[in-house]
Amino acid sequence: MEIPRHWRLKQQRYSLVGEICPHCQVKIFPPRDVCPNCGGEANTPYTFSGRGEVYSYTTIYEAPAGFEDKAPYTVALVKLDEGPLVTAQLTDLGDTPVEIGMPVEMVTRRLRQDGDERGMLIYGYKFRPAMN
Amino acid sequence: MTENKTLLKPSRPVGIVGYGAYVPRYRLPAKEVDRMWAGERSAGLPIKEKAVPGLDEDVITMSIEAARNAMKRAEIDPAEIRAVWIGSESHPYAVKPSSTIIAEAIGAAPHVQAADMEFACKAGTEAMVMAMGLVGSSMAKYAVAIGIDTAQGKPGDALEYTAAAGGAAFIIGPADESLAVINASYSFVTDTPDFWRREYQIYPEHGQRFTGDPAYFHHILEAGKAMLESSGTSAKDYTWAVFHQPNTKFPQKVAQMLGFSPEQITPGLLSPVIGNTYAGAAILGLTAILDIARPGDRILVVSFGSGAGSDAFDIVVTDKLLERRDKALKTQDYIARRTEIDYATYARYRGKIRMK
Repeated sequence: MEIPRHWRLKQQRYSLVGEICPHCQVKIFPPRDVCPNCGGEANTPYTFSGRGEVYSYTTIYEAPAGFEDKAPYTVALVKLDEGPLVTAQLTDLGDTPVEIGMPVEMVTRRLRQDGDERGMLIYGYKFRPAMN
Repeated sequence: MTENKTLLKPSRPVGIVGYGAYVPRYRLPAKEVDRMWAGERSAGLPIKEKAVPGLDEDVITMSIEAARNAMKRAEIDPAEIRAVWIGSESHPYAVKPSSTIIAEAIGAAPHVQAADMEFACKAGTEAMVMAMGLVGSSMAKYAVAIGIDTAQGKPGDALEYTAAAGGAAFIIGPADESLAVINASYSFVTDTPDFWRREYQIYPEHGQRFTGDPAYFHHILEAGKAMLESSGTSAKDYTWAVFHQPNTKFPQKVAQMLGFSPEQITPGLLSPVIGNTYAGAAILGLTAILDIARPGDRILVVSFGSGAGSDAFDIVVTDKLLERRDKALKTQDYIARRTEIDYATYARYRGKIRMK
């Protein structure tokens, strides 16, 4: 049961809400309240555009607990337009081959359920080939 | 008993400030269902193919995307939204609102009304009528109304050919900010047991041919005729019309019975290529019409939900449509994004294979 954690992370997971540093303007994801660039305090919320490109990727065949029913699936490091590198699943690939540099956009999807089918549903960001 | 065919008209004029569609990527051809269960009869299939959601999609995720598209077109501050209402018969939770998750994801929470509607295929238009009331009474500036389904069809049943996924979201607001003004709505409801799903049941039941004349046709015709009569219009006064579309044939036939031509219904008739999206069906057709309409165009929308009832809307497009409709993906963009799947993949995606 990890309900408090899922509840606490909902904004960053649903909508890619991170932070912007008021001192050096660097955009931060995930939010950590201290700027990794200048070390200053940074807790101003910033909603990312959700646009980026595939920096690297791999396909998971042996999935960790909670994700077995989705395998095989592709996980990517996504370089967001605003700078940060985010790890996330790719989705809606259909028959689209994944390539480094491929433009992607954020979508909110069902990540998994907490425990079995009685558990809460956990939603969060994934990325798909850009449609726009 | 007197007949009250007075239209539902808000005291403050209202309209659609933003609209957004969503259709998932995967398509199951009707011939694939036919191959599995009926021995490839090939003739008389109700549609060409239906839209199927991916493994990580449900009513909540699809609603979030449709609502985000509507927000892109509306260009409003999400804090000004005072209600998020979502109509569906496939809410992921039996108890826990879909609407709160959607409201959170679009930034409308926490100072907002939120509720899940249920009325078979007209749950979405039900939410629209309620949003008209909330905005039209000046209780709220904006309200979000969504109709989306990931419809369930029993394997081998007639409905499995058509039960599809998709839908639309609308931001209802003051008429002077709207890209289409809603002149009025009209609702017609009776207790007609044509289709239902009991609690704890996975698949719905239906009354076979009883779903036609006493259900679909009766309610759409009554609501449609009342709207035309009470607003002093006839089919020729409308540029476009869209009706609930459980298959290809029913909406074509009901359009003809109300005096509409095939040309008037073609842009909004999506069921042949995406199936019946239930609570999303009529309003997804409306988004496809708005994607191509011109200022001044008048649109008749009539939904149908089993159980049973219809909501009719009389809508007129304004100049603002042209400046806002390109700000989000169009309905046909989603329809064109298409990956065909076979029955086995469909069975996996729709959870028809039990793993334990």
